[in-house]
Amino acid sequence: MRKGSVYYFENAPRVRSYSSCVGKKEGEGPLGDCFDIVGEDDRFGEETWEKAESAMVMTSVHGAVSKAGLEMGDIGCLLGGDLLNQCVSTSYAVREMGVRFLGLYGACSTMAESLILGASLINGGLESKVICTASSHFCSAERQYRYPLEYGGQRTPTAQWTATASGSVLLSEKGGKAAVTRAMAGRIYDPGVTDSANMGAAMALAAYETISGYFMDTGEKPRDYDLIVTGDLAQVGRDIVLSMAGEQGLELSGVYEDCGIMLYDRDRQDVHAGGSGCGCSAAVLCGHILPGLEKGLYKRVLFCGTGALLSPVITSQGESIPGICHLVCLEAL
Amino acid sequence: MSNDEYKKLYEGLSPGSPGYKNIPFAFLTGGGLCALAQLIKNLWLGTGLEETAASAMTSVSMIGLGVLLTALGLFGKIARVAGAGTLVPITGFANSISSAALEFKSEGFITGTCVKMFTIAGPVLVFGISASVLYGLILYFLL
Repeated sequence: MRKGSVYYFENAPRVRSYSSCVGKKEGEGPLGDCFDIVGEDDRFGEETWEKAESAMVMTSVHGAVSKAGLEMGDIGCLLGGDLLNQCVSTSYAVREMGVRFLGLYGACSTMAESLILGASLINGGLESKVICTASSHFCSAERQYRYPLEYGGQRTPTAQWTATASGSVLLSEKGGKAAVTRAMAGRIYDPGVTDSANMGAAMALAAYETISGYFMDTGEKPRDYDLIVTGDLAQVGRDIVLSMAGEQGLELSGVYEDCGIMLYDRDRQDVHAGGSGCGCSAAVLCGHILPGLEKGLYKRVLFCGTGALLSPVITSQGESIPGICHLVCLEAL
Repeated sequence: MSNDEYKKLYEGLSPGSPGYKNIPFAFLTGGGLCALAQLIKNLWLGTGLEETAASAMTSVSMIGLGVLLTALGLFGKIARVAGAGTLVPITGFANSISSAALEFKSEGFITGTCVKMFTIAGPVLVFGISASVLYGLILYFLL
């Protein structure tokens, strides 16, 4: 059912299990102990960065399936994606799994997008068990979007660090202590930001519009939630959202966080404005938010995946960066 | 909110590069590299090379040093602090080619390393070669 722009999942698809796999730097961050697998290096036993990212996807998907006491054959469909051209790290991870696969691209909002679509499949009765997954790898993203790893450049303070991380969530009709109860697919907002080293600014307007639109449509207030978390706005984008919300009388402070800030210690880890990438929100979701819902730390959470829908080609042509934000409401049962 | 209003908002909230730190570091490391190059040149002169040959060998030595530091994974770490201090001298040019050559070797020697190694240094080569051809023509026909 849809009221305004908000989808209501009457059958409340359950979060049956979840798993996360992250790189060394993410393992050294403030949430380091929360993740299931932390790589000793970022190669994950593979020769190329793209294959390393695929290995992370495989690890987190298999982790979620085995935690639920299931096998891949029990999964109806896998929905997911990553940042690489043609979403190869996910599709190459899935090629051995023999599972129905819907490849998604929502840039860094992919985890939220996959949860919305996965929950819709279950809520509508088309599937009973689906996997929603998203990943990113610092090294594979750098070589696609920016410079070679060993290139000696200096980054600006607004730049963000692509997380080496993958998170997978197994949604099912029954079981689990948390559920996806509502969602809101975002609209694209492009406020004209052309600096690809300031993606927080490019995405923040979309995040604010989605979050404020959700509260307008539901009639609820931010204080009705224990946590409202954006995917990867980092420091600049987070400040913009708080400033816009403050001007409009939307009281977000105290309840609002950003996965890009939570994942790293910015003073110690040289990540500039904070983390980014599909894996950033996916890993924080699977490593911190979902366990928090299960353990009673949170009752209701708004998980807002943010994406900058750019490519290096189109920004070189002088185009500005469109942003998007998808919202998922998660509740403890 | 108009795009102009939004621009004012995000520019106000976006911290600028810390020039108070970056500029002195670039000055010190860039100057340090030049002093090192002078030392190397003196050594080459000491071996009995002519002035022009010693200068050329100094450039070769500094390029070799840049490539070596890149291959050892140290150049990026130094450059993070040094900034323009390592980027502007010939060491930065060496790093821009060798880092791309290393990065894309996973796509093959010809289709990876050889194709991609000039992706960053390409403009430097284009302008450098064009300028030297132009200079050569002027020298040949006019002087």
